[in-house]
Amino acid sequence: MSLSLVNIDKTVAREIHLKNINFSFESGSRNVLLGRTLSGKTSLLRIMAGIDRPTKGRVLLDGKDVTRLSVRKRSVAMVYQQFINYPSFTVYKNIASPLKIAGYKKSEIDRCVRETAEMLHIEDLLDRLPADLSGGQQQRTAIARALVKDTDLLLLDEPLVNLDYKLREELRVELQQVFKKRKAIVVYTTTEPSEALMMGGNITVIDEGRVLQTGPTPDVYRSPKTFKVAEIFSDPPINCINGKIRDNTACLGHNIEFPIKDRLTALPDGNYKFGIRSHHFSLLQKDKNDTEIRTRVKLSEISGSETFIHVTYDDLPLVVREAGITPLRIGDLISIYVNPDNLFIYDEQENLVAAPQMVSN
Amino acid sequence: MARIVLDKIAHSYDSNPDETSEYALKWIHSIFENEGAYALLGPSGCGKTTLLNLISGLLTPSKGRVLYDAADVTDLPPEKRNIAQVFQFPVLYDTMSVYDNLAFPLRNRGVPAGKVSTRVHEIAEILDLSLVLKKKAAGLTADAKQKVSLGRGLVRNDVAAILFDEPLTVIDPQLKWYLRQKIKLIHEELKLTLIYVTHDQVEALTFAEKVAVMHEGEIVQTGTPKELFENPEHTFVGYFIGSPGMNFLPCTLDGTVAHVDGTDIMLDHKISELGRKARGKLELGIRPMYLQLCSGSTNDGVPVQIQAVEDLGSYNIVTVMLAGKPIRVRQEEGLPIPSDKARLVFPPQWIRLYADGRLVKSKEVENGKVGK
Repeated sequence: MSLSLVNIDKTVAREIHLKNINFSFESGSRNVLLGRTLSGKTSLLRIMAGIDRPTKGRVLLDGKDVTRLSVRKRSVAMVYQQFINYPSFTVYKNIASPLKIAGYKKSEIDRCVRETAEMLHIEDLLDRLPADLSGGQQQRTAIARALVKDTDLLLLDEPLVNLDYKLREELRVELQQVFKKRKAIVVYTTTEPSEALMMGGNITVIDEGRVLQTGPTPDVYRSPKTFKVAEIFSDPPINCINGKIRDNTACLGHNIEFPIKDRLTALPDGNYKFGIRSHHFSLLQKDKNDTEIRTRVKLSEISGSETFIHVTYDDLPLVVREAGITPLRIGDLISIYVNPDNLFIYDEQENLVAAPQMVSN
Repeated sequence: MARIVLDKIAHSYDSNPDETSEYALKWIHSIFENEGAYALLGPSGCGKTTLLNLISGLLTPSKGRVLYDAADVTDLPPEKRNIAQVFQFPVLYDTMSVYDNLAFPLRNRGVPAGKVSTRVHEIAEILDLSLVLKKKAAGLTADAKQKVSLGRGLVRNDVAAILFDEPLTVIDPQLKWYLRQKIKLIHEELKLTLIYVTHDQVEALTFAEKVAVMHEGEIVQTGTPKELFENPEHTFVGYFIGSPGMNFLPCTLDGTVAHVDGTDIMLDHKISELGRKARGKLELGIRPMYLQLCSGSTNDGVPVQIQAVEDLGSYNIVTVMLAGKPIRVRQEEGLPIPSDKARLVFPPQWIRLYADGRLVKSKEVENGKVGK
C-alpha cells in the first residue's frame, strides 16, 4: 500500500504554505518530516489526512486519487501535539470510540481496546478520566485511540513536544516498538534533529513549504544536499566558515590553510562554504593532517558528560563539542583542530560537493 | 542580588492542610547563594514551579519561611520582593515598541532616561534585538517575542534574583541553543542571581552552576553537572540525568564481585567494602557512556547479545541483553561495533552501588569531609 503526493501546492490568502511537494511512502515505512516551526509540516499532514484540500496537485492512495475524498472516508488516524481526548469519556471509551463509530462488535471492541492499551502500558488506567491522568498518560491514550483501528495511514504531528524531556525519550522508544508491529504508513513530524535521528526510518526535510531532501535518515544526515539542509538537520548548529580552493590548497577565513588531497582534488578552483559539525572539532590534534584554528573562548557549557565550547574565530562564532568536562576561561586563546576529511564542502550555489566519508568497520 | 534561603518549607495546595493532606512540596531546606546560577530540574509534577512561585512570592508556603539576605519575605508579594520573572510564554505589551517594552521595568521605577537608554541598548545588543528596537512588539515572531520577554526580565540589574519558568519551551531547537548561550553569557557578564526551572536536562546542566534535581515534592540531590553525572546519589538522579539514563542491574555481593543473575562483574576494592556494609536491595549502576563493547573473541568483560544499534549521528546507542535485561551502551561515532556476539566491559571506577535506591558511599563523603 502506498501514499503519493503529486505536485502539491497549498496557498492560503496569497501566502504559499506548500509548493511543489512530490513524494511517495510505502506501507510499513516510518517517515519523519523534519522542519522548523511554520515550515509546512502540519499543512502537509492535514492534506495527507484529508482535513484540508490542496490548491493544486493530487493525493494518491495505492494509485487511486483520493484528493477529493473526505477524511471520514479515508483510513487515517492522527495524533496531535495537544493531547486531545474526550474529557467525559473514560480511557476505555476514548480508545473504543473509533471502533464504535465504525460499527465493530462489542467483543471485538473489547479485544482491540485491551490489546492497544497494553501496547502503550495504560491497561491499568482504563477506568480513569483524562483529567485524572498525567500528560504522558493522556498522550498515550490519544495515541492508543489513533492506533486501535489499524488504519492505513498513521499521522503524528509533533506528538511528544508537550511532554517532559525524559518522558519523550521513553515514549520515543515505545513508539518505535509500536510502529514495528503495524503495517500502516507512519508519518511523524518534528522540529528536533535529534528526535529525527532517534526515530530513524526515512526523513523528508522541509523548509518554507518546500521539500529540500528526502531519503534514509542517516544518509541525509551524513550527506545534506544543500547547506540549508545541513543547517536544519543539525543540533548543535553546524559551523560554517567561508573560503576558497585554489591551486590544490584550501583557504578558510583569513589564515586557515591546508592542502587539498585525494577525492577533493577533483573540485574546481573557486569560492566554497565549509561546514563542520561541532563534534568534529577537537581541542587536541589527533592526526597529523588536522588543521589548527586559533580561536578565543566566549563561553563554556558543561552538560554532565560533555562540554560545549563557544569560541570566536575573527568574529565568527563556532561551537566545539568535547567529550568530558573541560572548564575554560572566557577570553582564553585556544587552538581547535579539525580533520579536513570531516568537512562538508558546499559550492557557491550551496550544493554539497564533498561530505565526510565514513570509514567502514 | 540576594542570598535566598528556603527555611524548612513545605507546601500543600489544600486550604487548611494537615498531616493527611497532599503536599506538593514535602520538605525543602535550600540556600541559593548570591550571584549563583541555579536550575530546578525535574519531571512534570515534581514541584519545581511550586518552589519557584514560593521564591517569587506568587505563593505563600504552608510551612516554613523564605529569606532574602537576612530579611523574612515570606508574607511579601512578588512586587515587594524586588525580583524579575520570565515565563514560558512571552509577556509583553503588544502595542509598544521593543524599546519601550524593554524600558518599561526601568521607567516604572523612575530610572533616568539616560540610564534607561544605556541599559536597553546593552540588553538588546546581547539578545540581538538592536535592529528591531523601533518595531512594535505585536509584529514580531513568537521567538522574537520571547526574546523581548527575556530582555524585560534581564533589564533591571538591581533585582534580588531573576526567575525563569521554562522560558525556552516554545522555542525551536536552533534558537533554543542560541538563547541558552545568551542567558549564560548574561550571567557571566552581569553577575545576576538566576534561578531557572526546567524539565530539560540539557538546558539545566549547560546553564546552571548548581542543579537541584526534584522528584515528587523533594529535592533529591543538589550538585554541579559533574557531580550529578558522575555520582548520582539516588537511582532517580541516575535515571533522570543522562541521555539515556543510567543502567541498573539488581545484584548480590560476594567479595569484590557483584553477581548479576549468573554473571560476575568485578568491583573495585573500595566499593565492594562499602557494599558489604550496606543494607537493603542492592543494584549496580553504570552510565551508558562508560560501558565498553569489545569483540567476542577477547576475554574481557562479560558476554552479551547485541539487540539493536541506533545511529544518532555523532554517537550510537547499542542495546545489549544481559541477565534478561536490556543494557544501553553509548559509543562515539566511528568506533567499531561488534556484530552479534560481543563482550561488555564494566570499568570498575565507573560502577556505582545503590542500596534501596540510595548511593552507597563512605561516611566521610557523606559527612562532607572528603571529595567535595
